[in-house]
Order: sequence, then structure tokens, then C-alpha cells
Amino acid sequence: MLLSRTAEEIYWLARYVERAENTARILDVASRLAALPAQYGSESNEWESAVLATGSAASFASAYPDASRDNVIHFLAFSTENPSSIFVCMRRARMAARAVRTAITLDMWNTINDAWLELQRYPRDGMSPRQLVQFLSFVKEACLQFDGAAFRTMLRTDAYAFFFLGAYVERTDATARILDVKYHVLLPEGEEVGGVRDYFQWSSILRAASAYSAYQWVFRDSLKPFRVAELLTIRPELPRSLAHCAQNATVFLDQLANDYGRQGPAQRAARAHHAHLQNTTIEAIFREGLHQFLLRVIKRNADLNDTITAQYLH
Amino acid sequence: MTAFFDEMRAPDGVTRPAYEKVDAWLAQNSAEQLKSRADEAEAFFRRIGITFAVYGDNSAEERIIPFDLVPRVITGAEWSILTRGLEQRVRALNMFLCDIYGPGEIIRAGRIPADLVYRNVYFRPEMMGIQVPHGIYTPVCGIDIVRVGESEFYVLEDNLRTPSGVSYMLENREVTMRLFPDLFANHSVQPVEQYPNDLLATLRSIAPASAPRQPTVVLLTPGAFNSAYYEHSFLADRLGVELVEGRDLFVRDNRVFMRTTQGPQQVDVIYRRLDDDFLDPLVFRPDSILGVPGLVSAYRAGTVTVANAMGTGVADDKAVYTYIPDIIDFYLGEKPILNNVPTWRCREEEARKEVLDRLPELVVKTVSGSGGYGMLVGPASTSAQIDEFRAKILAEPDEFIAQPTLALSTCPTFVRDGIAPRHVDLRPFVLFGSSGVRTVPGGLTRVALREGSLVVNSSQGGGTKDTWVLGE
Repeated sequence: MLLSRTAEEIYWLARYVERAENTARILDVASRLAALPAQYGSESNEWESAVLATGSAASFASAYPDASRDNVIHFLAFSTENPSSIFVCMRRARMAARAVRTAITLDMWNTINDAWLELQRYPRDGMSPRQLVQFLSFVKEACLQFDGAAFRTMLRTDAYAFFFLGAYVERTDATARILDVKYHVLLPEGEEVGGVRDYFQWSSILRAASAYSAYQWVFRDSLKPFRVAELLTIRPELPRSLAHCAQNATVFLDQLANDYGRQGPAQRAARAHHAHLQNTTIEAIFREGLHQFLLRVIKRNADLNDTITAQYLH
Repeated sequence: MTAFFDEMRAPDGVTRPAYEKVDAWLAQNSAEQLKSRADEAEAFFRRIGITFAVYGDNSAEERIIPFDLVPRVITGAEWSILTRGLEQRVRALNMFLCDIYGPGEIIRAGRIPADLVYRNVYFRPEMMGIQVPHGIYTPVCGIDIVRVGESEFYVLEDNLRTPSGVSYMLENREVTMRLFPDLFANHSVQPVEQYPNDLLATLRSIAPASAPRQPTVVLLTPGAFNSAYYEHSFLADRLGVELVEGRDLFVRDNRVFMRTTQGPQQVDVIYRRLDDDFLDPLVFRPDSILGVPGLVSAYRAGTVTVANAMGTGVADDKAVYTYIPDIIDFYLGEKPILNNVPTWRCREEEARKEVLDRLPELVVKTVSGSGGYGMLVGPASTSAQIDEFRAKILAEPDEFIAQPTLALSTCPTFVRDGIAPRHVDLRPFVLFGSSGVRTVPGGLTRVALREGSLVVNSSQGGGTKDTWVLGE
């Protein structure tokens, strides 16, 4: 048994840390693409894509005149106006951790509190490329360490289930958005990527989902956009795929149902979502249109969040 | 220049027996060594997040109270006098509270003016006629004590509402044991770590009679923005109880429930760290969103215990303070073991005259203030500040009391240029449950870090020390 508010804070604590890590990956990819020699440059702006991938294009457009490097870094890393900025995510995660000090472990608290204190030491403006790389790897490491602390030290109770439930709900949203940014350049089945720039773009999607080397292990094939989409949507082996996230959301919701002795609408919604991803094929997704498919996943995931909230958190 | 009582060194320069080992240890460690330990301690406190907020200071949302690494030592013999005095005081104060919210005998006997009680801002008419479980209004008290001589201890203030600071008692001990294990090996220092256990037993002992054998206790906090939030979460963790905010609780059929992931769960004892004013918007401040609507009604119905009870502020008010010797005499027929600081009540004409004549040498406090805010320390004030207080006293004499500037004892303290004496006070924490009064051997020692300063409040630049009570 948990206080509803405690469960909600734990759930969002996991979501904010996951979001901080995703934002860091997206920024990392943008800075890699921006480092490509000008001959490979294109009309599309990688910094703008980064903003799109975090799902915050509207709030960016209202606050900045253009998607320049510095503007985007500031917006995604430090802006207090952006609810997905690394700074805001870490601050909220620490506030949530502070509010539920008694429900998380000392190792988790130390990790998030240290990360928050460390974050203050980075300059908020005019980061050099090298500083940016250091900063992003610090964020990724802090998030990994936090997940590890949760995994290694938390009691396997309902609090643990709410924590990882939050992480997988957040991750579903992030993976769908990262893939959605590139749906318009997706090539039909069997096509090879066309040229260095394309290769770089598709590999960057993999990197954003920390799936670059995983692709090779799963397919043992050259980079095909079609397969990239398959990996990130329906392959259960990849820890960031939509299917894997859906499967785990179901597992943790079932664990809650077992603990509490009662199934509810959240369990049913999660199972339906997972079954849908298990039973579909990449061909079917292409027939529907990847963009439409991803929008539907994002919507279903948001509905699942609302159902969980109504059933447990309020 | 007054001679201050130094707890380590007698006036002839000889180290007092209780401090001999600490003194020798200080002599062995260079200032650099101590500095590096002090830095280690600060890093520890910052890491665990033991912070407090200073109201009205936005730039410093979270600060840590400076920790001084030289422990303050109290002998077993001194401690046993203190505990007997504290127990006497706390018993008498609870009898006083039962009386004024009941028959009012002390008032009818003319031992305390009726208006001081009934017109007191902390008097809660809602408490009239309620049978408080076991007659215990204040299961948790923090009594501020100052020392001015070898065997002269005074009670400076009783904190009977929501006393804080106990987390510092526990964490200071933790860090001292971590940094100076060698120092502990040579002393027999009485442990303090049983405090959370004693507190939980105390709270459970005053659960309503209708509660189950293992009553559900919760700790009610104003929330993460409160200055003492660290302490609330720390205690809830050590007690193994839920840390709740007002919005986590609701009242149905005059019973209190908390909202959980498995539906409503009934609550039997609320250890609240929220002031009376905010507890129940239906009874107290209607604009409070921190409290629980209907709580007072459930309390009156006897389904839940609120600790400390509402309305205890009337007994720790600085005007009532001056009557405590009478209160002890009236209910227990005893002489106070611990004395009050001599206090002038400005409401009385003769006393007021004397106070106004001697303002530059006195300390003037408002009767309802706390935290070192809104007080005048005569010897440390400019004549303009003194004139300002003179006008205030004349305008509202009932609001003020005055005390001599006390020669607070000093303890060795690590400052920039090494070890130097600084003024200290002491807040022991007294628990009062159905099986009696318990005082954990230790407490919060606050130290005024600025040279010559007598104000130890953390909001005014004070620090804390680990407090050692030696075995007898």
C-alpha cells in the first residue's frame, strides 16, 4: 500500500529522469549531425528536428526567433520554460524524490541530489562543443546510475512497480517521437539508404534510442530504414522499442493487480496495447502509414497514463 | 565585561574533568586537520539534503545549518538534574492545559490572570471540554535551556506546539561518530538513536481507545516547501510511518482516512508538524489548503489523536511562562527544579517602569514571537533601535516581556582562526506518553557562531553541535 500521492511522485520521478535522458540523447544526435561537413548538409535543420523530437515545437517557436544551435541547446538543456528541458526534468525529479524520501532508497536520493548539484556547475549559455559533449554524457550517466540504483536497491513492492511503470510509459512516448521525426524520409521496403547523409540520419535515430549496435546484433544487415522502424516499433528484444515498453508496462501493472488483488481498466488498456503491437507486422504499419501509426501509439500511451492516474494516483 | 561561564575551562585555566579528553584531542589536531574534517561534515550534510529554508530570503532557498564539530559535553550528574526538572515541568504544563480547557481551577484560585489565558491568541475555545487521551496534550516537547554557571541552568522557553530540531540531534551524532570514531572510543557517551523508537511508542500509547492494537500513525507535514521538511521526511522514515500532507487525508463519518493506492485507510494518530491555524479550514483559518477539513470534528468525536493537541500554545507563550513556578506549585505542590529566567511582565506598571529605565541592558521579547524574530538585545542595539522598542512597549505593554541579558555559557567552537569559545543553549526533547516521561540523553545544542553574539537561532546565523551526555 502506498499513499496515492507517493505513488504519483514515484511514477513521475521515473518519468522525469527518463525524459532527461531522452532529451540528452536527442541533443547528442543533433550535435553529431551538425558536425557533418557542409557538403553533406541539407535544407532541413538538425537542431530543429531535435526540438520536434521532444514534442515541444510550439513552445520553442513562441520563445525563440530561430532554431540556431545556441537557442536549441539552451531550450532543450536549460530553459525553465520548457517542461522537457534537462534542467526542468532534473529539478522536478529531485523535488519528487525529496517529496517521497521515505519511499525511495538512500542510493537513489544520493544519485539524484548529486546530479542536481553537479548540474549547477555547467554554464547555461555558450557551451563549447566539447563542454556540450561532457554535459550530455554527465546527464546520461546520472540517469543510468539512477536507474541502476532503483533496480539494485529498491524493495520489490508496489513502489518499485510504479517507478518502472513510469519509466516505460515515458519511454514509449520518447521512442515514438524520435522515430516520427524521420517518417517523411522513410523509404519503402528493401531500399538501401541513399548516400552518406541518409546513412548518418538513420544511424542517428538508432543512436537516439541507444540502438546503434543493437541493430547489427538483431539484423546482421546493412542499415535499412525499414528495419530501423521495425527495430524501434515491434522488436521485443530492444529495451526501447514500443513493443518492449508495452510488454513491461503490462508486467508492472499485473504485479500491482496481484499485490492489490484487483484488476482494473489500466491493466486492460495496457494488455490491449501490447497485444496490438505483438500481432502487427512492419508491413501492416507501412500500409497504415508510419506517421499515423506513431500518432496512434502516442495517443494510446497518453490514454494509458490517464487511466493509471485515475485508477491509482488520485 | 561580564565573565561568562565556559563549559570547558574554569576561570583559572584548568580544563574541567568532563572536557579533558576533548581538550586533549583538540590539542592533537591542527587547524588544517579540523578544517578538512569540517569540510567533510558539510559535504555529508549537503549530500543527505539536511537543509532548511530561511523565510524572506529567496536567494537561499536551501541552506544547511552550520555544524560545529567540537561536541558539547554534559555530565551524567548534570543531566539527571535536567531530566528531573524537565519531567516536573512537562507534567505540570499538561495538568495546566487539562485544567484551563476544563474546570479552570487555577484561574478561579487567582493564581493566573484569566485574560492571560482566555484572551491569549493561542487559546483554542474548540478544545474546551474535550477529554484528551490520558490527559496528555504535549507528547513531544522541546524545552530550551541555558546555562549561566556551574550548576545554574535556566529554562528559557518551552516549545509545546511543533518543536523541531530533533533530526539535528540524530544527524549530528551520526556525523560525529563517522568523523571522529577515535573520540568516541575514549568516552562513554550515552546513545540518542533510540529516539524514533521512543517517539513511536509514545505516539501509539495515546491512540484513541477504539484504535486497533497496532494503531496507524502518520506524520502530517505542510509539504516539501516547509523549512523543516527534511526533518519531517527523516522522522517519518525512521518511524516507519506515512509522511502525509493535508490533501492525502480526508474525513468521512467523523473518521480520518488517508488516500492510498488501495483505497481509503483509517488513521488513528496524527503526529502533526503543522500549526493549529492550518489544521482544519472549517474551524481555523478558512484559507488554509494545508489542513484537513473536518479534522477537529473527528478529533472531538474521539476517533483520532492529534499530537500535539491543539491549543497547547497557550502554555508556551512568554507571558504564561512567567507563571510556571506558580503552575508547578499549584498542581504538584513542588518547588521548580529548573528555574525560569527572571522576567519582567511589561503589563505590570511597576515592572514596565523598571524595564523602560533599564532598556539598554535588557532583552525584550514579544510574548508570542519565536525564532529570534522581533526581539531587542539591549546591549547590542543602537539607541534608535532602543527608542523604537520603548515606543512599542508603551503602545502595547501586554505584548512584551523583558529579561536580563543572560551570560550564556560558552563552549569551545571551531572558527576561522582555530578554537574559540562561543555561546550556546540546549534543547532537550521530552516525550510524554501513557507510560511516563522520557528524555533522550542529548538534545540540540545551538551555538552563536559570531564572536560575542548571544543569538543562537539558525535564522540569525547560529549553528549546531553534537550534544554528549556522559555515562554516570
